[in-house]
Amino acid sequence: MEWLNTSIDWITVMFQEWVVVYYHMLPDVLQTVIWIVLKIVVIMAPLMLCVAYLTLAERKVIGAMQVRMGPTEVGPRGYLQPIADAVKLMFKEIIIPTGANKYLFLTAPLLSLGPALAAWAVLPFGDGLVLAEVNAALLYVLALTSVGVYGVIIAGWSSNSKYALLGTMRSAAQIVSYEIAMGFALVGVLIAAGSLNLGEIVNSQRGEYGLLNWFMIPLLPLFVIYFISGVAETNRAPFDVAEGESEIVAGFHVDYSGMAFAVFFLAEYANMILIAALTAIMFMGGWLSPLHGLLPESVTSIPVLGWILGDGIHWFFAKMSIFLFLFLWFRATFPRYRYDQIMRLGWKVFIPITIVWILVVGVFVLAGLGPWFSA
Amino acid sequence: MSGLIRFLKSLSLKELRVGLGVTGRYLFARKFTLQYPDDKTPLSPRFRGLHALRRYPNGEERCIACKLCEAVCPALAITIESEQRDDGSRRTTRYDIDLTKCIFCGYCEESCPVDSIVETHVFEYYGEKKGDLYMTKERLLAVGDKYEKEIAAARSQDANYR
Repeated sequence: MEWLNTSIDWITVMFQEWVVVYYHMLPDVLQTVIWIVLKIVVIMAPLMLCVAYLTLAERKVIGAMQVRMGPTEVGPRGYLQPIADAVKLMFKEIIIPTGANKYLFLTAPLLSLGPALAAWAVLPFGDGLVLAEVNAALLYVLALTSVGVYGVIIAGWSSNSKYALLGTMRSAAQIVSYEIAMGFALVGVLIAAGSLNLGEIVNSQRGEYGLLNWFMIPLLPLFVIYFISGVAETNRAPFDVAEGESEIVAGFHVDYSGMAFAVFFLAEYANMILIAALTAIMFMGGWLSPLHGLLPESVTSIPVLGWILGDGIHWFFAKMSIFLFLFLWFRATFPRYRYDQIMRLGWKVFIPITIVWILVVGVFVLAGLGPWFSA
Repeated sequence: MSGLIRFLKSLSLKELRVGLGVTGRYLFARKFTLQYPDDKTPLSPRFRGLHALRRYPNGEERCIACKLCEAVCPALAITIESEQRDDGSRRTTRYDIDLTKCIFCGYCEESCPVDSIVETHVFEYYGEKKGDLYMTKERLLAVGDKYEKEIAAARSQDANYR
């Protein structure tokens, strides 16, 4: 034991002597950069792991709903399946079609993954627990989620294939249409919260009635529309016309293979997680506990139980997983919409409802209704 | 009025929620998946798999070259040639079954008066090159020799119902 203690002492000393000292010797700019990069890694690494395991969860959940078992062979009960998939895709050849524009062809997947990841910079995981405290965070998120569509357009165009182009036009038109309903739904949140800062949006859902204070109650239609539009935005079932197998195979990414294809796949799942996180923040009070303000002081001061029942990042993750599960549940349940039905739903149903409800929310706020807008 | 009801119904997503309820129930339903190479389904003694030619316990082959199986075979998969053996009995010189033609109907086994040609419980076999699935007399007899115990057990189990 003696040698263990001394070696631990030695390691801590060396750490302080070398790493900490050298860190402080660096110029201030570089220190900030290192600090930010560390924060990015702390957010990005678990996110990528979540994306990988979301694919496994999807196969398991859909399998269970179809009375199957899903993957079981790789690792115990199939838990290593995503890693096997990733390794397989990495070793596959990336085939670039002869007629394709090589540079755009390879930029497109990055362009669709980048925004899905960059949006995480402004997402608050807890009170003040955010990489970049931006006051116009909601605008930033809206802007970045819209940029994602360029990845789709460029992918379809640069493939130089009519099927890819048709798929692109379908997905792009669909994404752009649902963006409007989504934006209107967020206007309602904006009116209700009175801020574009995501942290403040969450804090304005704080109150003494716990989950009854969340915006999902006064903004219920917007909440439902936002989430359904989110499903359509990510081109997920039942809005996945882009990959109508019988007509245009996989849509805009028919010509992609190997890691380039995997990046599109990552982007789709990262977008799902992003939509789930945004819905949780906007309508379900982010990191707030559903029992917030309902519990007496004597319960919240109990060491472990108080922490679990109190506000915290774990509630944020719990809410996100609810929405992610909904994504999978939808896919297992609903048949694909016809294209004109999708357009009808987006333009003739969602947009009118959101506009009406924005007016209603305005009246609510003016009237100072209930626990939500009384302040 | 009915239009209004329909409007409210679709607005409340009623039918979608019913659908979600169905899949939600099945999420917890018992799964029937069988992990194939590890677990296998029980086979009936009447299972019709790979063919085999049987022998009597003294080692004499059962087939008497009556050619009933050849005649009854609906896929014309069986080819038989025969001649008189030195001891005066009629025996096959050639007994081929083309498994790529065979439809595994079991008529050959039903028609056989001496229980010579049988279909075994073996279904996990394969051919790697052309001709591997063309069973000659020697190969059929070899299959029979290899699985004689299982074949006899399956026949005796089924004997009550014949």
